Amino acid sequence: MNRLTREQLADRVARDIPEGAYVNLGIGLPTLVANHLPRDREIFLQSENGLLGMGPAPAPGHEDPDLINAGKQPVTLLTGGAYFHHGDSFAMMRGGHLDICVLGAFQVAANGDLANWHTGASDAIPAVGGAMDLAIGAKRVWVMMDHLTRSGESKIVAHCSYPLTGIACVTRIYTDLAVIDVTPHGLQAIETVPGLGFAELERLTGIPLINAIAPVTE
Amino acid sequence: MIDKTVVSPTAAVADVFDGATVMIGGFGTAGMPGELIDALIERGASDLTIVNNNAGNGETGLAALLKARRVKKIICSFPRQTDSHVFDALYRAGEIELELVPQGNLAARIQAGGAGFGAFFTPTGYGTLLAEGKETRNIGGRNYILEYPIRADFALIKADRGDRWGNLVYRKTARNFGPIMATAAQCTIAQVREVVPLGSLDPEAIVTPGIFVRRVVPIRVAQRSAA
Repeated sequence: MNRLTREQLADRVARDIPEGAYVNLGIGLPTLVANHLPRDREIFLQSENGLLGMGPAPAPGHEDPDLINAGKQPVTLLTGGAYFHHGDSFAMMRGGHLDICVLGAFQVAANGDLANWHTGASDAIPAVGGAMDLAIGAKRVWVMMDHLTRSGESKIVAHCSYPLTGIACVTRIYTDLAVIDVTPHGLQAIETVPGLGFAELERLTGIPLINAIAPVTE
Repeated sequence: MIDKTVVSPTAAVADVFDGATVMIGGFGTAGMPGELIDALIERGASDLTIVNNNAGNGETGLAALLKARRVKKIICSFPRQTDSHVFDALYRAGEIELELVPQGNLAARIQAGGAGFGAFFTPTGYGTLLAEGKETRNIGGRNYILEYPIRADFALIKADRGDRWGNLVYRKTARNFGPIMATAAQCTIAQVREVVPLGSLDPEAIVTPGIFVRRVVPIRVAQRSAA
């Protein structure tokens, strides 16, 4: 079966981010999207620790410990970028000012429930960071993840078994197999990787999907 | 003449008492007031409740304060990191209490504390483990949880430059929690790279006005890579 690589998946997500969008990329897999943003579009990346207009990693030797991203990695500021404190940063997030946030996930439920902060294991040290604010605050919440766990179980589920990050908040799911919209009528598959038919996608996902895959026109 | 400048970190934290609630600025190590924390460890105050985004990195700063067993409870959003082994060990041994707060709620609770609010409703965390037992309300068709302010006896923060009235400006993303913590503590202590003469900070660009700051401690920076 064809699967998108991590870079291909990041490239697929990046294609859907329009000119002028204010975007927060979650830590982990979504961070890769930054490397694939179309160069001909001006897109504003927000980082929750307090910057807007985040640029790429600095050249080796030019790291500044006072200029980092939410993952605490050194970054740069684009011309026109701005710094602000945490109150303002989370006002941007919670207050609906971000157009898109892209998050990783353990599970997404059919109604858009998101689980991405805690496995619920009793010996795990819980850490939540800004995940819950991002999940409920952005205009559109996109999840970017592998479709299946390593043991082959679908991460798209009827109901999340892991502790929730937010309720009915995900609007679109990008996986290494498909793009799926969360709609009031249910999960609607709009795209699959080449060679994967709708029936097989639905079988792998294990819950009912709506077929809205556009016919190939090329 | 008002001069909030204090010559040494040791003198600046000399009245931090056992059982105090202390906000500590920083996101990871950016904006963490390392010299003030070292002075706090030296001061010896114990049974502290610490408010910080994280729970220490490596063995220095907040991690060193934890390692010295001075902290009874930590209120934070993201304790678990690759280099948070000091906190991890204390937590697993049941030797530190953790109040885990979503990061935006942490910021808003600090802001509410500084701004004099009694409580506020936030959508963040509704329906999750972190909202269990909290009051909820549906407002305009959306569900919210009630969150209470956080205030502190002391805030230790790091800014870039300050003046003798306590006005502060910050540097890049080291700003993070500094300006909001400054508002929420009885006594805010800011370590700065440089104390500048009154009037040399642009009034239009002052981030923290001096009313929020009790003490300003100049800390000479040994070396910073050119950027």
